[in-house]
Amino acid sequence: MEIIESITIKGGIDKKGMPELLQEITVTRGEIIGIVGPTGSGKSQLISDIEQIAQKDTSTQRKILINEKVPGEAERNDPRKKMVAQLSQNMNFFADMAVFDFLSLHARCRNKTGVDIDEIIFLANQLTGEPIHKTDNLTILSGGQTRALMVADVAVISSSPIVLIDEIENAGIKKHRALELLSGQGKIILVVTHDPVLALSSDKRIIMQCGGMRDLIESTSQEKLVAQQLNRIDHEILALREKVRQGKMIEYIETELLGSCFNSACYL
Amino acid sequence: MKLTIFAGTPGAGKTAVLLHMLKTLIRQGVRPSIVKIDCLYTDDHERFSQCNIPVLLGLSKDMCPDHFSIYNTEEMISFAEKNNSDYLIVETAGLCHRCAPYTENCVGVCVTDATSGPNNPMKTGPFLSCADIVVVTKGDMISQAEREIFRERVLESNPQCKIVDANGLSGQGCAELAQLIGDNKKEVTRHEQLRHNAPFSVCTLCAGEKRVNRNFHRGLLRNMNGFQEYVGE
Ligand SMILES: Nc1nc2c(ncn2[C@@H]2O[C@H](COP(=O)(O)OP(=O)(O)OP(=O)(O)O)[C@@H](O)[C@H]2O)c(=O)[nH]1
Ligand SMILES: Nc1ncnc2c1ncn2[C@@H]1O[C@H](COP(=O)(O)OP(=O)(O)O)[C@@H](O)[C@H]1O
Ligand SMILES: [Mg+2]
Ligand SMILES: [Mg+2]
Ligand SMILES: [Zn+2]
Ligand SMILES: [Zn+2]
Repeated sequence: MEIIESITIKGGIDKKGMPELLQEITVTRGEIIGIVGPTGSGKSQLISDIEQIAQKDTSTQRKILINEKVPGEAERNDPRKKMVAQLSQNMNFFADMAVFDFLSLHARCRNKTGVDIDEIIFLANQLTGEPIHKTDNLTILSGGQTRALMVADVAVISSSPIVLIDEIENAGIKKHRALELLSGQGKIILVVTHDPVLALSSDKRIIMQCGGMRDLIESTSQEKLVAQQLNRIDHEILALREKVRQGKMIEYIETELLGSCFNSACYL
Repeated sequence: MKLTIFAGTPGAGKTAVLLHMLKTLIRQGVRPSIVKIDCLYTDDHERFSQCNIPVLLGLSKDMCPDHFSIYNTEEMISFAEKNNSDYLIVETAGLCHRCAPYTENCVGVCVTDATSGPNNPMKTGPFLSCADIVVVTKGDMISQAEREIFRERVLESNPQCKIVDANGLSGQGCAELAQLIGDNKKEVTRHEQLRHNAPFSVCTLCAGEKRVNRNFHRGLLRNMNGFQEYVGE
């Protein structure tokens, strides 16, 4: 497979039929791009256009180029040749089959020989609470378990040079670990998110509005610093979340966490 | 004239896809006629009439909808000819999973719903396995992995088919479908043959017998163990 150096999004039209403000974006190997905007602003549609390698044939009229070229039919459709892995927003499976069978079947579709299905289930279980068993039927999994399994499946079986991630912070899975699993050296990663930590940690972010790409912001070094601070707060909150989940009491939190503008007494 | 037959289980998205595809065709200057076949009830003819094209409705009632549409194919062709159409498009709810309404010279399009699960393509029967084009709808509702598995299963049931991923809501894929149908140069004749024979198990139940006991049944009958026999004179 040829190395993917870049992906280009040629702007189409927004929901009102007006040309998108941002007419062209090129993302290169190794970059992580955030996609932000209010709900309904077209974030998921944008990554779905990329997944399909749209050629002005979706409602947005966008055109996607890979290495500055239109990929052939097989690269667009044949899962064995696909260059894109997508974690969509879905929270449930429809397939009425066991976890193990599903993963084996998907590995076959993607022509991934020698994948260790138990390993994938093990990875999924690192992201979620109650463990998933390989004999479980997909449809009985909870939203969080489903998401965790989807992450592990995308990370291992769909492993591709372009990775699209839609709202990984949802469903209460361990998002930092999940992101780690999905990202990798030299990949092109686009992350739809409402999470300031993820948004500011990306290299650039696309701002969506009314179905169109409005702007592209490059994260400043100051923002990256803020991202690190937010990350610490986030880890504390996630640690608290784990405690709450385990049925523990929380009657005290580190005051330094709340920063100088709060004092813990009035916060509590 | 080009005959295109859209078959698919109820609610698969046939009308939704067709309405989008018709827009593309009409823009290209095609003059289509539409026929809708269903069993008991439909309001599809009203949805189609928004496109300002000739629409004919047939309800098969007691008859298998596929048998009904096969039996009435000539009448449908005459209808389209009378309207000076160059495309006759038939939407039929292929329900019995043993028949396929496609004729040799039609473009056979099977519309199938990706949320029906990856075992569905194997259960769908001849109207999927004999189709020229399989349109997979509702991919927007499932994960990429499920879409890929569904696609694989469609190809296992029909290795020759072209697959179009379409979205009945946004119309995505429907222009590609119009293109594929346009590329198929077959013309319908007055001597059409079916691609797949209708089931030959004709029995007294088909003729209205209501008693369940097996003593009352005659015809070509099949046992649970798969043994098929002719019972009768
Ligand atoms: N999410 C989603 N919904 C769809 C899609 N395609 C169709 N639908 C919905 O599915 C429902 C059934 O669609 P129809 O086009 O009426 O289905 P049909 O196959 O014509 O049904 P019958 O004529 O009754 O056999 C409608 O509510 C559509 O809006 C799709 O791609 N995605
Ligand atoms: N440019 C566009 N033109 C037409 N419809 C659009 C466009 N962008 C998005 N949509 C539609 O708007 C709806 C909401 O978009 P979605 O991508 O789900 O939003 P978000 O993920 O930001 O919440 C979807 O039905 C989508 O198909
Ligand atoms: Mg979304
Ligand atoms: Mg219909
Ligand atoms: Zn039948
Ligand atoms: Zn019978």
